[in-house]
Amino acid sequence: MRNWFNRQNIVALLGIVLLYGVIQGLIVMDIMPPFYKLTLILICIYIILSTSLNLINGVTGQFSIGHAGFMAVGAYISAIVTAIQHGPLLLGLLAGAVAAALAGLVVGLPTLRLKGDYLAIATLGFGEIVRIVFLNTEYVGGAAGFTLPSKITWTWAFGLMALSVILMKNFVSSTHGRACISIRENEIAAESMGVNTTKYKVMAFTMGAFFAGLAGGIYANYMYIIQPMTFSFLKSFDILVMVVLGGLGSMTGGILGAIVMTMASALLASVPEWRLVITAVLLIAMMLFKPTGILGTKEFSLSFLGKKGEKNATSKN
Amino acid sequence: MPLLKIDNLSKSFGGLKAVSGLNIEINEGELIGLIGPNGAGKTTVFNLLTGVYDKTEGKIMFQDKEVSGLKPYQVTHRGMARTFQNIRLFSDLSVIDNVKIAYHQRSSYSLTSALLRLPKYYQGEDEMHRKAMSLLKIFNLDDKAEETAKNLPYGEQRRLEIARALGTEPKLLLLDEPAAGMNPQETHDLMNLIRWIREQFKLTILLIEHDMSLVMGVCERIYVLDYGMIIAKGAPDEIKSNPKVIEAYLGEEVV
Repeated sequence: MRNWFNRQNIVALLGIVLLYGVIQGLIVMDIMPPFYKLTLILICIYIILSTSLNLINGVTGQFSIGHAGFMAVGAYISAIVTAIQHGPLLLGLLAGAVAAALAGLVVGLPTLRLKGDYLAIATLGFGEIVRIVFLNTEYVGGAAGFTLPSKITWTWAFGLMALSVILMKNFVSSTHGRACISIRENEIAAESMGVNTTKYKVMAFTMGAFFAGLAGGIYANYMYIIQPMTFSFLKSFDILVMVVLGGLGSMTGGILGAIVMTMASALLASVPEWRLVITAVLLIAMMLFKPTGILGTKEFSLSFLGKKGEKNATSKN
Repeated sequence: MPLLKIDNLSKSFGGLKAVSGLNIEINEGELIGLIGPNGAGKTTVFNLLTGVYDKTEGKIMFQDKEVSGLKPYQVTHRGMARTFQNIRLFSDLSVIDNVKIAYHQRSSYSLTSALLRLPKYYQGEDEMHRKAMSLLKIFNLDDKAEETAKNLPYGEQRRLEIARALGTEPKLLLLDEPAAGMNPQETHDLMNLIRWIREQFKLTILLIEHDMSLVMGVCERIYVLDYGMIIAKGAPDEIKSNPKVIEAYLGEEVV
């Protein structure tokens, strides 16, 4: 009888715990410079954002570029719960994520009938609407935004990141995830194979929005301040670039893209005027030499650890 | 009681009547051919049956229940599966994943089991894997299970598409030009395969075909469609000598 308690999952779990432990140790012993810590937590946030966008764009093949909008919903709702209403952090994060998921459901139901560029434009519009709404809401400080205590630690950020990625990975490698992939591959064939395409598109969209909202909540409760400008469409593009760079449709690719792009912008922090130029050149080079992204639709997996029979079921995609 | 009863079915696109007043009855276990010149409306009939298009008029009764107006995936749930004229595989996925997607609608575990990897997830995945492998074995594709679908040779892609359609466990199988692009030998093998799967899976089959040797060879009854209307129906021999059919295919006889 197969269950989750196999060599591969144990190794993955040990790796996750080890990574967490080492960095937590460095932080506790005060060896880690604050700038590095900031970068690491940002990497966690961006990993959640890029893998969740990948769920919509890469796995299900629906081109959405309004991810900053869902992030903003999560950020503001969680900030309202934790800072203005003085609720507990976990409740705030959850409220933000659920609110973003609801927004995803409301936006997804009508717009997922649109295809390709039309969907992109609709989601872009949604992202801007969210930003403008918060910009004009005095309750959350309008254009100046508002400040809140920084409660997110490395433990929170890493824990939530790991949990999100595991949940999304589990989704993708299940029959439900395969249904989403079949929509990307050929929507007409998927429908004629008995896949309720509308249901799965909305499901992927809502799930992506949920995790984007979670990432937004983590961001807001870490950064001391949130402003509408942070969630402009440039943020959506940043996330999209990570996904495309890592490989549309690859969960591990999304993670890689988030790490590379966040590190790149941290390393280039001393030359801010060149940052955008260099990342743009990087992207152009990527499109010329490997248009499918670093990993394409392939996944990095630990399946080589498992027995032959297990390989088929675990290294999906 | 017929398995499929198409009653006075019509479909217009704007002013163009693609299908008009169509009546077809198919009994359980039959192997029926639908032929006609290019643009006669054959594929439109398939699209109407499977819910891709909505009819303008008429009724489609499948197992004594109305199916027109249903979405394609709902039609598939009812037990009608199809292949496409131009192959529509999930071309970047592996052969086995193509078939597994067909088993999706009967998958036995919930979203929660998938997200949390509960024992039901592993049970369900194992069962799906086993079923898919045994189906591939029947079609002689089991040794290529991990191959990417688009890398298969043309004939095998056609076979995979039929296998995938059977994965939805249909009662009625609709084949849209299964022999398109095949050489005579492949067409001959396909004929045997079609006969064989009908026996094996206790299927009823409706097929569209241009290849007359295939149609005349396997079909028990044939409907001939021209300009969206049935111009002849009957056994292959009757069809062959029907003057209307000859006219539709070869043009009018010069007196």
